[in-house]
Order: sequence, then C-alpha cells, then structure tokens
Amino acid sequence: MVCALTFSFHRQQSIHYITPNSSLLTPNFLLLTLTKGVQAVSTVNARTRSLSREYRRQRRLRELPLHLMLIPGLALLIIFHYVPMFGIVMAFENFKPAKGFFGSKWVGWDNFVYMAKLPNMGSVLYNTVFIAVLKIIMGMIVPIFVALMLNEIGNKPFKRTVQTIVYFPHFLSWVILGGVLMDVLSPSTGIVNDLIRFFGGKPIYFLGDKGWFPYTMVITAVWKNFGYDTIVYLAALTNVDRNLYEAASIDGATRMQQTWHVTLPGILPIVTLMGVLNLGNILNAGFDQIFNLYSPSVYSTGDIIDTFVYRLGLEQAQFSVSTAVGLFKSVISIIMVSVANYLAGRFANYRVF
Amino acid sequence: MKQKEEMTGTHIKLSVSRKVFLAADYLFLTCSALLCLLPLINVLAVSLSSSNAAAAGYVKLWPVEFTWSSYQYALTKPQFTQAFLISAKRVALGYAVTMLVIILTAYPLSKEKDVFHARGKYAWIFIFTMMFNGGLIPTYMTIRYLGMLDSIWALVLPGAVPIFNVVLMMNFFRTIPHEIEEAAFIDGAGHFTTLLKIYLPLSLPSLATVSLFVIVNHWNSWFDGIIYMNHTYNYPLQSYLRTIIINPDLQSMTSSEQLVMREISERTFKAAQIFLGAIPILCVYPFLQKYFMSGLTMGSVKG
Repeated sequence: MVCALTFSFHRQQSIHYITPNSSLLTPNFLLLTLTKGVQAVSTVNARTRSLSREYRRQRRLRELPLHLMLIPGLALLIIFHYVPMFGIVMAFENFKPAKGFFGSKWVGWDNFVYMAKLPNMGSVLYNTVFIAVLKIIMGMIVPIFVALMLNEIGNKPFKRTVQTIVYFPHFLSWVILGGVLMDVLSPSTGIVNDLIRFFGGKPIYFLGDKGWFPYTMVITAVWKNFGYDTIVYLAALTNVDRNLYEAASIDGATRMQQTWHVTLPGILPIVTLMGVLNLGNILNAGFDQIFNLYSPSVYSTGDIIDTFVYRLGLEQAQFSVSTAVGLFKSVISIIMVSVANYLAGRFANYRVF
Repeated sequence: MKQKEEMTGTHIKLSVSRKVFLAADYLFLTCSALLCLLPLINVLAVSLSSSNAAAAGYVKLWPVEFTWSSYQYALTKPQFTQAFLISAKRVALGYAVTMLVIILTAYPLSKEKDVFHARGKYAWIFIFTMMFNGGLIPTYMTIRYLGMLDSIWALVLPGAVPIFNVVLMMNFFRTIPHEIEEAAFIDGAGHFTTLLKIYLPLSLPSLATVSLFVIVNHWNSWFDGIIYMNHTYNYPLQSYLRTIIINPDLQSMTSSEQLVMREISERTFKAAQIFLGAIPILCVYPFLQKYFMSGLTMGSVKG
C-alpha cells in the first residue's frame, strides 16, 4: 500500500513536472505554459527541453497500449457507422445500386421535395409523435408507480419474485411477443377477448382496428417494459435519505404524507433526468414492435417513420427517397438528443461519458 | 424511533391503515406479476393442447387434451433446426467478438484525462454514433458493397460495438480504486496485464450484466437477418420465426406440410415455436438475473 501511494505521488509529479525548480515561475509565465503547453518551456531551457521530450516519449509509450486497445472498436465503428454516414449522399442523388454512391446522378433537394409532397407523410409524422409521446408518458408513470409500491414491501422473497417476473418480458424479442400478443389479443380465440365477452362486452380487434391500434401499441409496449424500467426508480428510491423519514414521522407525517413530501421530492431529480433524456425518443415510436404487429388495414393510424422508410426503401426500392426520409428523422433526432443532453447536463449534472 | 411512535400513540392507528394499504399493495403487485406471466402461460398451454381444443378456444391457462405433437413437428422440421443452429452460432460468435470489443474499448475510456490524454477525442468518436447514424439504406448498401450479404459476419460485426454496454462497463471500471492499478504498475505490469489480471476479475457482476445483454440481444435480433440474408435458409431463428408467426406464407408450403398443418392447426404450432424461440432466454435469464440488478444500477445511475 505504501508502494502504491508513493507511486501515485510520483506519477503526479511526472505529469506536472514542467513546473519544479524553475526561476521563471512568474504568474505570467504560468499563463504561457498553460496556453502553449510543454513546448513553451522547452524553448527557454535546454535541460527542460530534453526532459520534456523524454517525458512526452515516455507518456506516449505509456499510453500506447491504450491506443492499441481502441483499434478494434474504432475499426468496426468506422466501417459500419461512419462509412454509412457518407452514404447519406444518396439522399441527394437518384441512387442506383449498380452505379454506386459516386456514379449516381446528383439531384440536390429533389428527394426532400418529393418526400414533403407524399400524401401520407403528414399522417406518418403525426402517428410517430403521437405513439412516441404516449409511450414516453405512460412509460414513466407506470414504472414510477410500481417502484413506489415495490418499495413499500418489506417481505424480501415476495419482492424479489415480483421483480423477477415483471422484468422478464423485457428480455423477449418483439417477434416472440408479437406472436404471443397476436394469439392473446385475437378477437375469436384470444384470452383477452374471452374475458371481455365474459363481462358482457363485445370482442375488440385490438391489432386490426384503426382506432384501437395506436393505444394497443402503447399498452403492450408499457406491458413489456414497465418492470424493467422500475430498476432505475428503485435505485433512486433506495438513495433517499432515511433520516428524512424519521424526521417526518416525528413531525407526525402519515405514510401518505411521507411519500408525498419525502419520497417523491427525493426521486424527482432522476424522474426529471429520465424525462429529459426521453426527449431524444420523440421520433422513436418503436419500429420492432409496430413492424411485427401492424397490417395494411391500420397503416393510417399505425404507420410510423421507421416502418415507412423500410417499406419505401426495401420493399419498393426507392432507395434515395427512403434515405431522405431517414435523414430527416436523424436530423430532428440529433437536435432533440443534443438539447436533451444539454438540459440533463445543465440541470441534473448528468453526462453520458 | 419505534418507541417514540408508540409513545405518541400514532403507532397503533397507523398500523391499521397500514395493514389495509399493505394488503392492497400485495394484491396490486401480485396482479402486475400475473399480468406479465398469464399471457405467456396461456400461449404455453395452447402449444401443449390438441388442435381441436385450441381452435375451439377452450384453452385458458392449462393444456386441454395434452399433446407434444406441435413440438415434435417443429423440432423435426429441418428449416427450424437449421435456423436454431444459425442462431446458436451467431450468439457464440457474436458474444466472443462483442465482449472482446466492449472490454478493450471500455478500459481505455475509463481512464482519467491525465492518464490517457486522447480520451476525450476518442469518447466523442464513440458517442457520436449513438446520436447519429447513416440510416437503414446507406447501412444496407455498405454491407452489400462489402460483400457480406448472406454471411454470418453481417449479423455479428455491425453491432459489435454496443455503446450502451461500453458505457456500462466503463462506469464500472471507474469504480475500481486507482491504488490497485498503480500497485500493479509498480510491480511491472502493463495496461494489458492490468486489464486481464486486475480489472476483469474485479468486474464479474458487471461482466455478467453485460453478458446477459449481449447474449439476449444477439438471440433476439431478427431485423438484420431479414435484411442482410437473401435466402431464408440463412435466417437466424428469430427472423425465421417472424416469417412464419407474423406472415405465414401458406403458398410456399409443400402440400405434405399443408396436410400436417391441418392436423396440428396453425395456432398450436405457432405457440410451440414461440416457446422454443424463448427457451434460451428462459435458460439464461434466472442465471444472470441476480447479477444484473447490482451491475446495472452501478453503471447507469450516478448520484
């Protein structure tokens, strides 16, 4: 342990060692070293210069393995993420796969003009935002409520069992859950409509009815994820200061009042943070889910940007228009994500990296 | 504390309303858990029932006229086993590559700026891909020009740098005290040795969490299979399941298959395949679940 401590001391010294025993340590000079870095010193003093070169060589050598470790990840990112970003030029071309990115004809903003004139563009945008916003709101209220309820339970085995069960649907794919939901929600044989019939209602075609479809998407998405989403709120709940509860109960606060005046303010920062970060999802209505559950009969209320891009691009082979629509979404998303991260950093002191 | 409550006399009064509340709470949570479980149990029951019972809608939560025939049919279908094997291969290969990349990327990025000067620049290169991407068609075209269509690498490599998991791993590495690492450096260890001998053994909960995400993610991916594989016999299981569960293409079936279909009914057969597709998740989940509560919150919630 002593070794480790002295070493850490050494390392700190070696990192900032441009400063020691120099007679030039006036405040002005310090400013210079700060702005111009190591080079400024080396022009002044030969000894310092050789030292700083040696130091930088050592530093480079010490950091070399770190650079090497990043190579595989960087290579993969460049090939599969940055190269496709350059492929976005096809949004401004009349792209033909045989001619490639460079050979296709440049058409400027034509694809975007065409996109804006598409008759269903308006409803697609509306559906996307409508479903996404409802999902964001419900996707926060339900988990917070369940987390509060779970937090009141003292019986550990019961709590764990509930947690284990409600987290589970999150880990199933939308293909599997799509199959489950199609069976369960079927108007003729599904168990949900059996229940509705049992209580004297008329069977509802949840997945085939234009009016019901968006709400079915919101409810089933919340059903899949609410358990898993409680994790973050449960973590926040355990961080609320115990002393505050004691103080409140001494002051005669009931449990309800404690929840209202201690618990909720205690988790408010996390709730705000999650809300702000969800701004970035305002155009993500859930491709995986909707693509697996929609059908032509609900396109008018269920078609979202991502499914539209897919059909346009890969089914109708309108590569350029599809890319233009995708780019439109990406640009709005990046603005929203940036705003969200800025706000999160500003008000919740949160940073992703 | 407790004494004070009793002294003020509010303790008894509280405990009555508290009891009512707790009963409601237990009821509510039990219902929530059942809500998550019952649809799955219903489908399981359907898959184990006879086709007549299923078609007539008799099956609720328990199999009616119990039979394994739907499972037998699914497992003897060469397309199903083929897709299952491709998925298994994909998970194995994808897990190895992705974990390697995650660990190698998270370690340097977990260093402070005075240890790794270029960290900030690298971090931006990685984080930018989280905010912006080329989109569906340009990515598809890139894979196509790389000649990777119909190759298993198209399923493994494009997703091999999951930024979310890198951040999770990185945040965990940051919680390991610097002194341990510095002691290792004194003993002459380099960064690679430190990572292998110190960081990894200390990060088992976090590795388990990330492993769960990577495995589940690879097993569940279906979209990349559908767009990057031209031939259905190259489909991983989830992509294959999508084609038969979501869009059953009856025309493409042979007449003998249609005959069998009439016997076991589409519904029970679909249900059986849904369950077979979920089995690997069911196997991995309880095993790793105990780790991920701690592993996940450690990475995602900071303060």
